[in-house]
Amino acid sequence: MKSETTAINIDRGKGDFFYPEAHVRDAGAGLSERTIHYIADVKEDPDWVRDFRLRALRTFWEKPLPIHWASKELEAIDFDKIRYYLAPGTEPKRSWEDVPEDIKRTFERLGIPEQERKFLAGVEAQFDSEAVYSNIKKAVGEQGVIFIGSREGLKNYPEIFRPWFSKVIPVGDNKFSALNSAVFSGGSFIYVPPGVKVKHPLQAYFRINAENFGQFERTLIIADEGSEVTYMEGCTAPKFNTPTLHSAVVELVALKGAKIQYITVQNWASNVFNLVTKRGLAHENAEVKWIDCNIGSRLTMKYPGVIMKGRKARGEVLSIALANDGQHQDTGAKMIHAADETTSNIVSKSISVGKGRATYRGLVHVPKHLKNCKNNTECDALLINATSRTDTYPAITVRGTGNSVQHEASVSQVSSEQIFYMQQRGLSEAQAMSLSVNGFVNDLVRQFPMEYSVELKRLIELEMEGSVG
Amino acid sequence: MPLVTHQEQAASILSGPSDSLEFPDWFRDQQREAWQQFESLPNPTRKNQAWRFSNVALLDLAPFRISPPLSEDDRKNILKYSRGLDQVAGRMIFANDQLVERDVVSEDLKRRGVIFQTLERAMVEHADLFRKYFMSTEATLGSAKFAALHKALVSSGTFLFVPRGLEIELPIEIFHWLRHDNMSVFPHLLLVTDELAKVTVIEHFRSCSRTAPGFACGVNDLIAGPGAKVTYVCAQEWANNVIALQMNSTVVDHDASAMSLNLHVGAKYSRFESLSRLMGEGGRSDLLAVAVARQQQEFDARTLQDHISPRTASDLLYKNALDDHARTIFGGLIRVEPHAHFTDAYQKVRNLLLSDDSEANSMPGLEILADNVRCTHGATSGQIDEEELFYLRSRGIPTRAAQRLIVTGFLDEVIQRLNHSVIGDHLHRLVEGKFAA
Repeated sequence: MKSETTAINIDRGKGDFFYPEAHVRDAGAGLSERTIHYIADVKEDPDWVRDFRLRALRTFWEKPLPIHWASKELEAIDFDKIRYYLAPGTEPKRSWEDVPEDIKRTFERLGIPEQERKFLAGVEAQFDSEAVYSNIKKAVGEQGVIFIGSREGLKNYPEIFRPWFSKVIPVGDNKFSALNSAVFSGGSFIYVPPGVKVKHPLQAYFRINAENFGQFERTLIIADEGSEVTYMEGCTAPKFNTPTLHSAVVELVALKGAKIQYITVQNWASNVFNLVTKRGLAHENAEVKWIDCNIGSRLTMKYPGVIMKGRKARGEVLSIALANDGQHQDTGAKMIHAADETTSNIVSKSISVGKGRATYRGLVHVPKHLKNCKNNTECDALLINATSRTDTYPAITVRGTGNSVQHEASVSQVSSEQIFYMQQRGLSEAQAMSLSVNGFVNDLVRQFPMEYSVELKRLIELEMEGSVG
Repeated sequence: MPLVTHQEQAASILSGPSDSLEFPDWFRDQQREAWQQFESLPNPTRKNQAWRFSNVALLDLAPFRISPPLSEDDRKNILKYSRGLDQVAGRMIFANDQLVERDVVSEDLKRRGVIFQTLERAMVEHADLFRKYFMSTEATLGSAKFAALHKALVSSGTFLFVPRGLEIELPIEIFHWLRHDNMSVFPHLLLVTDELAKVTVIEHFRSCSRTAPGFACGVNDLIAGPGAKVTYVCAQEWANNVIALQMNSTVVDHDASAMSLNLHVGAKYSRFESLSRLMGEGGRSDLLAVAVARQQQEFDARTLQDHISPRTASDLLYKNALDDHARTIFGGLIRVEPHAHFTDAYQKVRNLLLSDDSEANSMPGLEILADNVRCTHGATSGQIDEEELFYLRSRGIPTRAAQRLIVTGFLDEVIQRLNHSVIGDHLHRLVEGKFAA
């Protein structure tokens, strides 16, 4: 086990351990209306939330798996074997000392809360279904920033969260957003008041600790007029013998002139199905930026989107995916232009190693009678081995004059000349390969917050180990 | 005056293959089998990725009929209007799938082994060659149902075989006409080139009336033997009420090169699928398309550059100019199969939108399962650069003319890739004519 205290600890070795379960609340395996009532009872949901869940469950049942375009791997998910709710049965702790010993050890091994002391404005740690630790720095709290779990959000601040809840991503958006809507628990609800600029990032940490467990957190971030906030999430799970499901819904609302930056470093174990729906709504002059790094999981399907609803709104997705043996990173972006002078940018870089498969799937939509909308999309794929695979499937619709959209993609590999050159100067083949790969992602990683870029580079180095020669 | 109209004598295409045609039994069996396949395959829906964005509601086949024999007058008129290139090596003219005229290739070419015949004669006289290649590539780009329909109802077409080492300098020209309302045609071209052969074929698709509704469902199979050079040009000028589907497939053997250019100015809905399979090292395929879409027209292009063997190259360039309420769809894929290392593939689609109601959909795709490849694709959608327009206007060119100059310049880039000035000039005139209309 490595001992350095880097900002976000996400190397695979670090997450691959687990403690015996001691869950007080367990909804059991399988999904029925009873499961929903159990969850709603335990969480003391208001009636409207309970009804919302039940309606969503029906939608989930009605919707087919999207295997007509997506990977057939989805058929490997056995919805009857999954456990939908597990919790220690206690409220999230505000003080680190109060967190139960085994859970505390888990997060300490992952480097929380040292991070918090160092540079985070607030942190929440979720263990299976519920947050076990939640804290927000006093200074940030005094500015009126709300940073709580989904349950507290809907219960204690319905006037703030209910108007936007499930409005950016409707229940029926896809089968997995419906599933999440039915059984969601945990996640972060954040409200930033007008004009408040949260200096340090808010962070959430998600961990699956139980076998056959599905994690369904729900996140809603509302940045009021002129405010700014950065949110970071990290995910890990130990590798169990049976597949695990993670299916989150994340909704962002950037009101007039607000800025939201959402950073994900996903490093689930290599048998987690990571099927996540993420979308932001950008009002006039607002900006929503997704920074998405997918390193772990067996199959990730995630296409962060931005709906640019107000004039001059801006959307951006920066994405890095690394697919190793047995992994399929099916990621991408959706940009819906719904007002004049909106601009969007997608930069996606993927690396396929061994038998890994990286897929980019994109949607850019510029409807009728809009003026001066711009989209730029760049997808670059790097293939390391002869067995690696990469795909690109963009869909671009443009109506009318006055807009400009461009898409470019390329596929390449590290040239043997490059490797030869570096070997000549005394690097091993593996070092040379690692340096080349870092060079490939470098211009993108540079745009990430410092702590992340350092860690990501190190992580990519680790993943690349032993992939050549 | 005839008491019954041409249409009333005609059988619906939905009544299936006719027994009145004189085909060998094995071919009849194939047709009946294909008909069953057509009936059992589901209608396309937009949910199917291969039909995404496509206006599938337009594919109602109920009104369309199989034409009874054309009158002498019709045949004479069609012959008169079948003007394309001035000099050709051979020519076939079909109207409603009936052979109007065949200008045989020269005695010299015939003596050297060129076969240029109608489909129905080729399947008897050159049964081995014919059976080996006739619809040998499956339609995998979405239109399997319509390929089956074609196979079931095809009644004529062109079979062209160019033997080893023979280069035919002048182009071969084929006309397909639609005559009378609601008629259907199933144009077929089977082109087989042996080793090191060289040939250029141009097909013209035309309607006798500018407004007559009609249905065209064509298949063309190009087989480029080792080291062969095949150039295929399609000039699609159907009337604005025609529903057209065309399934092109090209098989490229080692060191062969195939170039195809599809020009679309006609039809209400025109879907053209182009599958290019690179089977041998050193093979190269160029896929070109030019479309001028106006009014309510919809052009739906689907392509697959399938690299099966190592060291093959493909290059696709599709350009669309869209005006009024027109829509275009491009769904393309470069697929590099496992072991097809050292592939060099390129794909580019560019849309020029000239009106606020036009819509361009692009889905350029890549699937790479091999190593050491160079693959890039790009898709752009934009409008005429105001500065370019200003430049031309400041030199006294009226706005409308300046726009036309810019658009034809934009499209000519594709046509010039053909490197064939006679055919290039012809295509250029079609583009210009579309703007004059």
